Amino acid sequence: MLFGSLEVGLIYAMVALGVMISYRLLDFPDMTADGSFPLGGAVCGLFLYLKYPPAVAMAYGAAAGAMAGMVTAWLYVGLRISKTLSSIIVMLGLYTVNLRVLGLAPFLAGETARPAGSPNLPLLGVRDMFTDFIAADFSNQFFVHCSFALAIAFCCWMLLNIFLSTSLGLALLAAGMNQRMASAQGVNTNAMFFLGMAISNCLIATSGALFVQTQGCVDVSIGIGTVISGLAAVIIGESIFHTRNNWFRSASVIVGSILYRILVGFAIGDGPLRSNGIGPEDLNLITAILVTCALVLPKRLRSWSQRRALRRI
Amino acid sequence: MFTILRRILLVCGLGCAQSLRGDQPKNIPVVAITTFAEHRAVDSVRRGIEDVLFEFGYEEKKTVSIRYLCAQGSSATAAQIAKMIALERPKVIVPISTTSAQSVAAATRTVPIVFASVTDPVGARVIKNWDASGTNVTGVSDLVFMEEQIRFMRKLLPNMKSVGFIYNPGETNSVAALRELTLLLARENVSVLTAPVQVSADIPLAVRSLRDRVDLVFTPTDNTIGSAYESLARAADECKVPAVTADPELVRRGASASLGVSYYDLGRQAGMMVVKVLSGTSPGDIAPEVSGKAKLFLNRKAARLQGLQLPEDLVKSADYVFGK
Repeated sequence: MLFGSLEVGLIYAMVALGVMISYRLLDFPDMTADGSFPLGGAVCGLFLYLKYPPAVAMAYGAAAGAMAGMVTAWLYVGLRISKTLSSIIVMLGLYTVNLRVLGLAPFLAGETARPAGSPNLPLLGVRDMFTDFIAADFSNQFFVHCSFALAIAFCCWMLLNIFLSTSLGLALLAAGMNQRMASAQGVNTNAMFFLGMAISNCLIATSGALFVQTQGCVDVSIGIGTVISGLAAVIIGESIFHTRNNWFRSASVIVGSILYRILVGFAIGDGPLRSNGIGPEDLNLITAILVTCALVLPKRLRSWSQRRALRRI
Repeated sequence: MFTILRRILLVCGLGCAQSLRGDQPKNIPVVAITTFAEHRAVDSVRRGIEDVLFEFGYEEKKTVSIRYLCAQGSSATAAQIAKMIALERPKVIVPISTTSAQSVAAATRTVPIVFASVTDPVGARVIKNWDASGTNVTGVSDLVFMEEQIRFMRKLLPNMKSVGFIYNPGETNSVAALRELTLLLARENVSVLTAPVQVSADIPLAVRSLRDRVDLVFTPTDNTIGSAYESLARAADECKVPAVTADPELVRRGASASLGVSYYDLGRQAGMMVVKVLSGTSPGDIAPEVSGKAKLFLNRKAARLQGLQLPEDLVKSADYVFGK
């Protein structure tokens, strides 16, 4: 159970990073993730299907995600549509874009006569970034997937925090914290929104590209619930590691992603819950309760130990 | 506060103790059934598999342990389930639905997989072709033969000129069915008018958009439509257009007629394969199958409300006739 949770948690770590950038750093409630996650997967899957090198396919997937983020930013900045609405509009439109991209794959590969949309693109047997490293009987698949996911998550974390230490990155943070003050200081806040949303959705799309390579298929429905996963990871991470330092904050959301997946894994798995009549249909409620406990318990334990210390005085 | 914490620790401790004790001995073969979301069709398949296992003498918790894992509609959870179950190495994994089959097939090459209800397993690349694969994958497909369906539609309405097709474009099975239907009907000069439906709430709207433009409304084995078929039947009654489907279990819920394989029977067919694998046959030696003999179900009441005249010879040869 732990191994499956670890692998999926590491893959979704970049979703958590992306959601942290939009929700926390930019104060932009961004629902685009539900569309940009499958978009990254679809574009990457398209190029893998057409036998492009896996690194190139992933780069294209990430770029597609960045463009989706910029469309959301443009709707907010340029057309003055509210933040949540602009991200919902883009998420809605991306559903069709994803169907079209997936339908394009068999058409360009010469398998179908016309490019109609398709909800599913199989990637079993297609060369992806793991193929050269995995044994024929898949015995080391878990280690390969986890190491790659960990390496990519680490690189993203490093690059993100190095960027946030530059003057451009600080301008981005300022724009998110206090838009009016930042623009009074000469920061182009509109450009910062474009940049922030692009980075955020680029990370989410990279996660999507990684996900589809471990799943053997791209399906148009893989995006549903991405924002919720990301938010749960961010909130769990932050409640356990309280820090304003961005290096530790971003590391905490990666840990939060893994922890969230472990909680879900506990709710799915066999054991004391199952033998007492609780079934798979209760999964979502159990996850909700576990996440609530994960949020509330650290605070309660901290205030309890503080009160104990005070009583001693 | 302290007492609350103590109680929580007590409960956790009990839970851990119970899990350590373990509820089943380690050497009972485990059959893991995995699905993406809860659907009536999935439940029927599951019942079919379980009934066959019990008929062959397997007893739950004594000679077999059936685990049911549902991702509740979340892809991340489905991915987690596929990896978890592959690492736990049960005796056989039974993924129901295409995405479940794809992620399980991508997670393991050694644990036997018997897929159920994957409409196009070759297109989904779960198997290479319909011969015994030699790999760890086999299963039963719910492929609907469109030629058979068209012949059936002709028997109901010999002079049909246009067919309405209601489906969710987000479901692979339905998209594949539409493609084949359009191709075959084009040869007979019958037009196909589509009404896509993203969520089941849009179904009545889709039916009304086809009113007076089509001779009948056909739905494939689509989960979105199947989960809210009553609303489609009601709208079809209102618009006086016959509702025909490929899933016979929907006739009870308001379709006029259906020629197809019930999901329960498909589950039984998959269950037979699971029994073979449990007795030691490798799935690579079992050729994948398409669901067997189709059954004819008719609903006289629905046909009357929808303005369809059921031919007498069909009524006589039907496997089941609902209503009067």
